[in-house]
Amino acid sequence: MSLYSFGLEPLSCHAWNKDRTQIAISPNSNVVHIYQKQGKEWTKIHELTEHSGRITGIDWAPESNRIVTCASDRNAYVWTLKDGVWKPTLVLVRINRAATCVKWSPLENKFALGSGAKLISVCYFEKENDWWLSKHIKKPINSTVLSLDWHPNNILLAAGSADLHCRIFSTYIKDIEDKPGPTPWGSKMPFGEVLLEYKECGGWVHSVCFSPSGDALAWVSHNSAISVANATQGKEVTQLTTGHLPLLSMLYVSETEIVAAGHDCCPYQFSYKGPGCLEFVKKVDIPKQSSKGNMSAMQHFRNLDKKATTEEEETGLGSLHQNSITQLCILEGPKAKVEKFSSVGLDGAMVVWDFKLIKDFRIS
Amino acid sequence: MSKNTVSDRFRKVDVDEYDENKFVDEEEGGENQLGPDEAEVDSLIRQGNLMGALQAVLKNPPINTKNQNVKDRAEGLVLKVLSSFKSTDIEKGVQSLDKNGVDLLMKYIYKGFEQPSENNSAVLLQWHEKALSAGGVGCIVRVLTARKTV
Repeated sequence: MSLYSFGLEPLSCHAWNKDRTQIAISPNSNVVHIYQKQGKEWTKIHELTEHSGRITGIDWAPESNRIVTCASDRNAYVWTLKDGVWKPTLVLVRINRAATCVKWSPLENKFALGSGAKLISVCYFEKENDWWLSKHIKKPINSTVLSLDWHPNNILLAAGSADLHCRIFSTYIKDIEDKPGPTPWGSKMPFGEVLLEYKECGGWVHSVCFSPSGDALAWVSHNSAISVANATQGKEVTQLTTGHLPLLSMLYVSETEIVAAGHDCCPYQFSYKGPGCLEFVKKVDIPKQSSKGNMSAMQHFRNLDKKATTEEEETGLGSLHQNSITQLCILEGPKAKVEKFSSVGLDGAMVVWDFKLIKDFRIS
Repeated sequence: MSKNTVSDRFRKVDVDEYDENKFVDEEEGGENQLGPDEAEVDSLIRQGNLMGALQAVLKNPPINTKNQNVKDRAEGLVLKVLSSFKSTDIEKGVQSLDKNGVDLLMKYIYKGFEQPSENNSAVLLQWHEKALSAGGVGCIVRVLTARKTV
């Protein structure tokens, strides 16, 4: 695994370009930095400074090479690269509270924005007037939308919220797309239709993720639990409570394997084989090699003098990240067979996790 | 100018009550929840069947009810069972519980912490240590995030 430190500031969010040679990150401020990979180092090549509030979400569309950013200043910008410079276009999202998360749809013709205004803004480009329009999904959301994820069919959107609910909405916009075919989640899908509303999540829903086929939806909530809803089994929900600190971000790495990370500073792998079969597999981390060499007598006395103890104290955590992990992102591999994923955390570090280096990784 | 500049009663007004969009937890019928069966638990303690008493006292937790008496009675009963265990048996007691049982036990332990007294603090701390090693910090997180608790 490789760890790269982007400084001391926590990294709120990150996004990769299509060939993974560039990364866009925000160091807990109102600026987005884009770094280019050069050998083993990362050099900053762009700074996106249009927002006036702390950036809460970045997403980079791989095919159309557009970046969407959202911040606590209630705005979202879509950035396009023109002559080597990123130019922002303001999107009228019409929210009166901070934006919390943003995601491009799979076909990149629209994006969804969650906000503290208890609504989701689904934005699409209108060619006639050359601007971005937004449609709101309000009912029945009762609190801040904390996380979003798109279904592969480009229509269904899962939303995790601070009102302890996890929901799936339809975002079908008849001006820009064809009517969607039926899915295991439902067949009637007018805009704003709720296809799943699960209310016993037990805590704020920090992250939601559809499985690669879209037939299952997993989420992690603040009561240290991970849950999966299975559309093919009557939308039955299986919840697994863990003994760890709450998880903040999660990814499907195959149709049955899930990786999630959070306040415990290291990723965990879970496996879902069917209703009632959600289990913890293992912790994904390389244990730190502590160098406890032989101390000379001089060292002993020095320690005794300085710290009143001769023991060597471990002041760092045993995991690669030294603080909570805020976001996971697929790096390599299709959704159904992820080979590498990246994590950023409050310690300002970005770690690339390679499944080839993780022993005993099972994909069924 | 306002008429009355002396009184500061306005500072004690609960503005959330007047918010139209206030988040209300869904009401779930908790009127039938009576808490663990006192008679059953008492008889099991007298028989010396402490494991059985532990299982019995963790049944029917008064989670949804608004009746404070029921909650206090349940808490008192749980404390009675926990105090009657020998220190060496506490670990076995915790092992006999399933995941949900450990979570519920931790809820009662923290409820007990809210009213420390000479008798129960030491006992509760011993139980807390064993429950923590069984349930992990996630168990404590669930005590903190539970909207409806014992």
